[in-house]
Amino acid sequence: MYSFEFEKPSTIADAVAALGAEDAQALGGGQTLIPTLKQRLAAPTTLVSLSSIPEMQGVCVEDDGSLAIGGATTHATVAAETADKYAALSDLAGHIGDPAVRNRGTIGGSLANNDPAACYPAAALGSGATIITNNRSVSADDFFQGMFTTALDEGEIITTVHFPIPQAASYQKFLQPASRFALVGVFLARFADGVRVAVTGASEDGVFRWSEAEEALNKEFRPDALMDLKINPMNMIGDLHGSKEYRAHLVGVMTKRAVEACI
Amino acid sequence: MTQVSMTVNGKSVSGDVEGRTLLSSFLREHLSLTGTHVGCDTAQCGACVVHVNGEAVKSCNMLALEANGADVGTIEGQANADGSLNVIQQAFQDHHGLQCGFCTPGMVMSAAALLKENPRPTESEIRKYLEGNLCRCTGYHNIVKAIMAASGQDVSSIAAE
Repeated sequence: MYSFEFEKPSTIADAVAALGAEDAQALGGGQTLIPTLKQRLAAPTTLVSLSSIPEMQGVCVEDDGSLAIGGATTHATVAAETADKYAALSDLAGHIGDPAVRNRGTIGGSLANNDPAACYPAAALGSGATIITNNRSVSADDFFQGMFTTALDEGEIITTVHFPIPQAASYQKFLQPASRFALVGVFLARFADGVRVAVTGASEDGVFRWSEAEEALNKEFRPDALMDLKINPMNMIGDLHGSKEYRAHLVGVMTKRAVEACI
Repeated sequence: MTQVSMTVNGKSVSGDVEGRTLLSSFLREHLSLTGTHVGCDTAQCGACVVHVNGEAVKSCNMLALEANGADVGTIEGQANADGSLNVIQQAFQDHHGLQCGFCTPGMVMSAAALLKENPRPTESEIRKYLEGNLCRCTGYHNIVKAIMAASGQDVSSIAAE
């Protein structure tokens, strides 16, 4: 790692101020950032830890039953505290990485990084979540802007993620067993006003909504409704773990499994 | 350099570290607690697992300054007060849960974290919990058997040696 200064503010305001320094970088749980620093792929002058800010911790149930999850809440805490409130989200959080990674990694860190194979972007987009930062609210539809790219401005922090609770939901992850990321993951959520299908791990543009599947499932919520749909492999990720065509095929398979799990 | 202070295995310790000093480096190089092993250094293998405020974490993937004020437990703090092996360590010996021993500190620390939150895990729960701990020689069966035994359960039904 290149050398850097370390700061650990205890309020959002102090964190935002510290991130105003040139080449400062926010540190969530560090489960991606620290390996990145070790490879010298990043060289911040200052790391600003978000791990000691009480207002960014924990899971709250709002008056309308929706969930507000602090940006610095670990995967393990989300898994434990949402189990009886939003089982699909709890299941997703409880299968990220491994137990030790889940004790450090955070929801805000995962969303801000927007790894194309990460699980949380699928949950946020599939649930129609709202990402709340230190100065605005952004819908998940506007937040994810391509691989490792989000609507976040320089120095902007995810303070809370707001999840509406669907009638039924399921996350189906086809595990890449070495990395423990999703080779392909599909988060499907059924709301009174329609179905949302978000796909991670598959596209070179990062997480995306499979709108054709949503339309078909809005007409008829059965696995067979997806029978004639095909994803174009052109923009899929192709690597030694799976070709573009394989991933395109898996999107259909995992979406069908998600529908089956919701019936 | 910044001063960092924490409790390690019940003792207060402090030292001057850089921002980039990893918790694993602080334990091994500043405190000479070399029982915490660094295997892959990329948070895959779990040889560096320690407890921070009671939770298993990969110490090669956490900055020492992030543990400022924390209660840290390492493999050196696992033995009983008289120096004899604790229940988990003894079970690893009894059931041949180690061969070269490199992964063992991390395995024991993960096993201790598991048994704290789930005192009688099933075989499947143990295998799932150890997803972040790699062993390249035992083939895992005897590690799983040792953890089952440490939790006071019958191990005769566990898969092949």
